[in-house]
Amino acid sequence: MTQLQDVSLDGLSHLVSERALRGETMLLNMGPQHPSTHGVLRLLLELDGETVVNCIPDIGFLHTGIEKNMESKTYQKAEVMTDRMDYMNPVGNNFTYCLAVEKLIGLDVPVRAQAIRVILAELTRIQSHLVWLGTAALDVAAMSVFLYCFREREQILDIMELVSGQRMMTTYIRPGGLWRDVPVEFEAAVRDFLKIMPKRIDEYEAMLTKNPLFLDRCLGIGVISGEEAINWGLSGATLRGSGPDYDVRKFAPYSGYEQYDFDVPTRTQGDVYARYIIHIEEMRQSIRIVQQALDKLPLGPVRSNNYKFVPPPRSQIGTSMEALIHHFKLWTEGFYPPKGAVYAATESPRGELGCFLESDGGPKPYRVHFRAPSFDNLQVLPRLSKGHFVADLVAIIGSIDIVLGDIDR
Amino acid sequence: MGLEQKLGNMGVATVKLEELVNWSRTNAMWPMLFGLACCAIEMMSAQAANYDMSRFGMELMRASPRQSDLMIVAGRVTRKMAPVVRRLYDQMPDPKWVIAMGDCASCGGIFNNYAVMQGVDEVVPVDVYVAGCPPRPEALIHGVVTLHEKIRGEKFKDWA
Amino acid sequence: MSDVLQNHHARLLKTFGGATTEHAGEITVILPAERILEAARLIHDEMGFDYLAYVTAVDYWPEENPRFHVAYTFRSLSQKLTLHLRAPVAGIKPSLASIESVYRNANWQEREVYDMFGIHFEGHSDLRRILMPADWVGHPQRKDYPLGYEEPQYSFNFDEIKARKPAPKE
Repeated sequence: MTQLQDVSLDGLSHLVSERALRGETMLLNMGPQHPSTHGVLRLLLELDGETVVNCIPDIGFLHTGIEKNMESKTYQKAEVMTDRMDYMNPVGNNFTYCLAVEKLIGLDVPVRAQAIRVILAELTRIQSHLVWLGTAALDVAAMSVFLYCFREREQILDIMELVSGQRMMTTYIRPGGLWRDVPVEFEAAVRDFLKIMPKRIDEYEAMLTKNPLFLDRCLGIGVISGEEAINWGLSGATLRGSGPDYDVRKFAPYSGYEQYDFDVPTRTQGDVYARYIIHIEEMRQSIRIVQQALDKLPLGPVRSNNYKFVPPPRSQIGTSMEALIHHFKLWTEGFYPPKGAVYAATESPRGELGCFLESDGGPKPYRVHFRAPSFDNLQVLPRLSKGHFVADLVAIIGSIDIVLGDIDR
Repeated sequence: MGLEQKLGNMGVATVKLEELVNWSRTNAMWPMLFGLACCAIEMMSAQAANYDMSRFGMELMRASPRQSDLMIVAGRVTRKMAPVVRRLYDQMPDPKWVIAMGDCASCGGIFNNYAVMQGVDEVVPVDVYVAGCPPRPEALIHGVVTLHEKIRGEKFKDWA
Repeated sequence: MSDVLQNHHARLLKTFGGATTEHAGEITVILPAERILEAARLIHDEMGFDYLAYVTAVDYWPEENPRFHVAYTFRSLSQKLTLHLRAPVAGIKPSLASIESVYRNANWQEREVYDMFGIHFEGHSDLRRILMPADWVGHPQRKDYPLGYEEPQYSFNFDEIKARKPAPKE
């Protein structure tokens, strides 16, 4: 298994232009280990000097077989694997999977759990955009932005740790609600964060938005029109930078998003700079949503009380026989949802993240497929990078915000 | 010690050559950027301002294997990626060390299937394993400090 | 369920035959696999569904006919509608027409279905493996493909498994 595979050029000759086969242009491998490819992405570049004529992405270096592996675990235990797909948005992955399971079963989630889910999902969005900003700016050689962004991110990770015990892969959102209620310090911690964050976003903008070097690197690079973007199936900031205002939170609201007042930023230029502005605006809108959700946070239970599918609270196990039996059955066998297939989508920081779930009546998912936003967003890379320099290619990869765990699953 | 007493305050120190070499190897160890998956983000956090790894000598991460001496395998290694890992390890000049960061690099983690190697020690020899999914930045720094302690005990004949 | 969507479903059933199933408020239209390209053109040009969310497949082994269901989901961004489609495909030499000419992102989505399930897409510009290495044998997400897990090492079988586990020479 550790033999290097020889892929002959004949197999790929339909993808490169005539000039490559004659030897006029150079074929360069931008290999799986590269500082600017945001993970293990391999690009075969066909270069004419420094200009990219064609670019063939080769993915699969992080393919973990999560979908097949989930078929051999029960629904609750399979959820642990969903965190690790799009590792910048673990809460969002859990959220999507739980929405699909709840839709399949027909389970109602209490309003307090819905509000806390929204707060955590938006905090994860801010955290993902901070990492995006840090690494994308690093790609265009603005190195100090990286350190600034990670400073704020630590505060968000402290909130995640307060709530669930884990910094990143929390598995806090479970089918039926949440794992347990948030501790009393949660509200104070989130309010502290919300107080300082808007000024910090202004700091990042002060460093980059009007910076002539940044503008030179980003304006007019990687342009795509709105209609073409829809036909290519793009979503998220990559699509909204070109015009269409498709956001799953407004298209098909879930978990109480219809009660919150927020805007979906769009631009029409469709270049790297437009996507950067949209990411910054989205961070501000997320702060707005968290503020509203926290102000309106209702009291109540955080888990559904349908104990056939959702584990009963541990305190009841000592006193109630039914609770003990439900707990036992759930953790040894799992629950039995009705037969059928559903599709549930949420808006991840990258775009439309969807979960296609099919059940055959048994305790393990029969087929799980995740519609990964970065998968479709990366497809358009050859189209975006034609005619640009290699350095611009790096800026484009940065702007379409891909996470290889999402693509390869 | 005796030499210093005789020479007084002339600014001379004596030390064993092995200790000097090992000390210099640990204090300026440059890791290779080899973040594969989620653990890479915690590795970046460990490098960033809050849990600074530059305090321990890892000032910057080199992208090229020819210029680095530590490979921190952060993340799950799949069967498609395995020959690449081995090739990069071979391209690193001696002396070189490998830290397997996270559960997936140590033993395959939660993924026990056709696509993931059950531990990166199936392709490269590993010096320190850091457990966690993902390990906290402090755990990674503890792993790095453990590696430093291991290196202080090395002898020349290991690398000859 | 909006009337516009119900009209679309009725029109698809009338033009191509097939059936619908429903679960949890979502209606899925099942169309015959031979007419999927025509259906995709109709859906894109006349019904206004301009966005393909995903193409995936489900394996119903050991049922041989049909063994696979290829599932599609289309969205209409202007009308805020979602359409779910399925096409049953047989198990021996499974193949289907590619809808890449209508929806560009079907390119990689169908490559992934080919890689994982072995379903051929006719008319696809570049059908080769995408997630697995190019020389991999077998289609991993089929139900008759083993998961390939390694047996856990306990103290009683520690040495046998250690002998079988690959280790680097240096």
